Amino acid sequence: MSSHLRTFKLAAWLGWEMESNWTEPWLFALYSVVKPVAGAFILVLMYLAFTQIQGTSWSDPGNQARFTFVYLGNTFFIFVAATLFGTFQVIQADREWYQTIRYIFISPMSFYTYIVGRAASKVAVATFAAVITLVFGVGFLQVRISLDPWNIPIFLAGLVLGLLCLVAIGICLAALSFLTAKHVHGLAEGIPGLFYLFCGVLFPLSVLPGWGQTVGRALPLTYWFDLNRRLLMEPAMLNMVKTNIPGDNLTILALLFVSTLLFYVLSLGLFRLGEYLARKAGKVDMTTAY
Amino acid sequence: MTVAVNRIALNLRALVGRSYPRVVGLQREPSWLLFDTVLPLLGIASYVYIYHGFFAGSEGPEAAARLNALVGFVVLGGTMIAFWLNVLWSMASQLYWEKEMGNLQLYMMAPMSRMALLGGMAMGGMFMTGTRAVVTLLMGIWAFGVVLVVTNPALILAVFFVTLIALYGMGMMLASLYLLYGREAWHLSALMEEPIFLVSGFYFPPAKPLGRAVMLGAAIIPATLGLDALRQLIFPTTALGADVWILPPETELGILLVLAVVFLFLARQSLAYLEKLARREGRLTSRHQ
Repeated sequence: MSSHLRTFKLAAWLGWEMESNWTEPWLFALYSVVKPVAGAFILVLMYLAFTQIQGTSWSDPGNQARFTFVYLGNTFFIFVAATLFGTFQVIQADREWYQTIRYIFISPMSFYTYIVGRAASKVAVATFAAVITLVFGVGFLQVRISLDPWNIPIFLAGLVLGLLCLVAIGICLAALSFLTAKHVHGLAEGIPGLFYLFCGVLFPLSVLPGWGQTVGRALPLTYWFDLNRRLLMEPAMLNMVKTNIPGDNLTILALLFVSTLLFYVLSLGLFRLGEYLARKAGKVDMTTAY
Repeated sequence: MTVAVNRIALNLRALVGRSYPRVVGLQREPSWLLFDTVLPLLGIASYVYIYHGFFAGSEGPEAAARLNALVGFVVLGGTMIAFWLNVLWSMASQLYWEKEMGNLQLYMMAPMSRMALLGGMAMGGMFMTGTRAVVTLLMGIWAFGVVLVVTNPALILAVFFVTLIALYGMGMMLASLYLLYGREAWHLSALMEEPIFLVSGFYFPPAKPLGRAVMLGAAIIPATLGLDALRQLIFPTTALGADVWILPPETELGILLVLAVVFLFLARQSLAYLEKLARREGRLTSRHQ
């Protein structure tokens, strides 16, 4: 256990240094928020274009509810993109760019724990970006949030479970990365895109066709996004956007716990399989630059 | 024994040689079908459904026509994103990665023009990305029922290719600059994704919420005007009104031509500067330096 903890700590420190030591702290802080804020602004401008084209007002209660729904979904999606990318990119970054994977691979530590540690720095940066995005929305874009103090433990438990689930999914993708060429950007765009589309991040699940809604209901992150909105949006506002997700908050929390556990077990199995197949095919330290 | 080589033939061979791995290399991996066509389509679909969500309470033929127009904008914008990402990650960042892999020294020693090398990368990248973009576009049109009206195919082709030349010219220029800034290059590329999607209006008609003056400032990114011109030519009449366009397509083509020439000239200048610096310092092109 202490070996795992030491690996995690050192990998997290390494990840943080790789993430941030290329520049001054203020520039790094700025860099960390520009991307998510720009992403949020894309939605703001899409919404502005919609209200202008439809000739409706931004401050209309229905419009505000819809915008808050979209904005909160986008804010929590920062964790999805950063955590997934932070986890599965480790294989290809160490293998293709830094070409250090062979040394890490033969060192006496758990490679699984090493990847989780490396992802921790991305999660830290994502937390900072999500907080800034939320504050920006509340301060400048009329996003209204209200969190009941009694719900804070549920919110924090949900956040931790959601992040653990994301890390486990990221490890599953890392197992796939062992065997593929440098598709890290395809994965980085595509897999979060899958969750973006089917988890009701930016629109109620009911907008999707029937089969899409079924896929969405099978994904644990759908419930995570819904739980976050239930806890942060004003009830009157939430009622204006029908999500059709059943169950109370504690049921959703229990569901998140079970699915996180399942993904953790799956990630252990897939990671071992990916590692074994890559070793057998001699792909552990391949480079695929063209 | 000295062998005289025709410079034009040599540079052409370098151009073909550097584009070859990009044309052939990726085709050897069938996984590109998933990674480069299906997965990007999911991102496009998300933005399509955002508009569906916005229009959820609106009914009637007028709202449906507006929704269709916006969906068409998203599909075309989402397709063009493939080229911008290719410019960032496979052009602008490429020399830096070649340095990290130890190839750059070999490039610098080889007798061909470095512009031929970058040109080969650009041509290979255009072909590689073009293949994927066409598949994504066709799938997007099919999946979301986008209706295209092609009235002036010659102008569409001209705008498309001049936009690509300007975009890849920009990538060629950035390739040398990125090399000077080392590890920050990676972060610069990452930083030029969402903010550029925002100012270039990849997912919405940008002139509507931002205004024409702002959009003319954003025109330094060739994708801004290229996308606007293509949208005007492919969706000549939309339910969004006439004030969604930045400039007439002919004017935009003219500006794009100027941008293409300027970026290619600047690419040549920055490459020459880099070469001079590499010779003088003796370490700029070496791995881990």
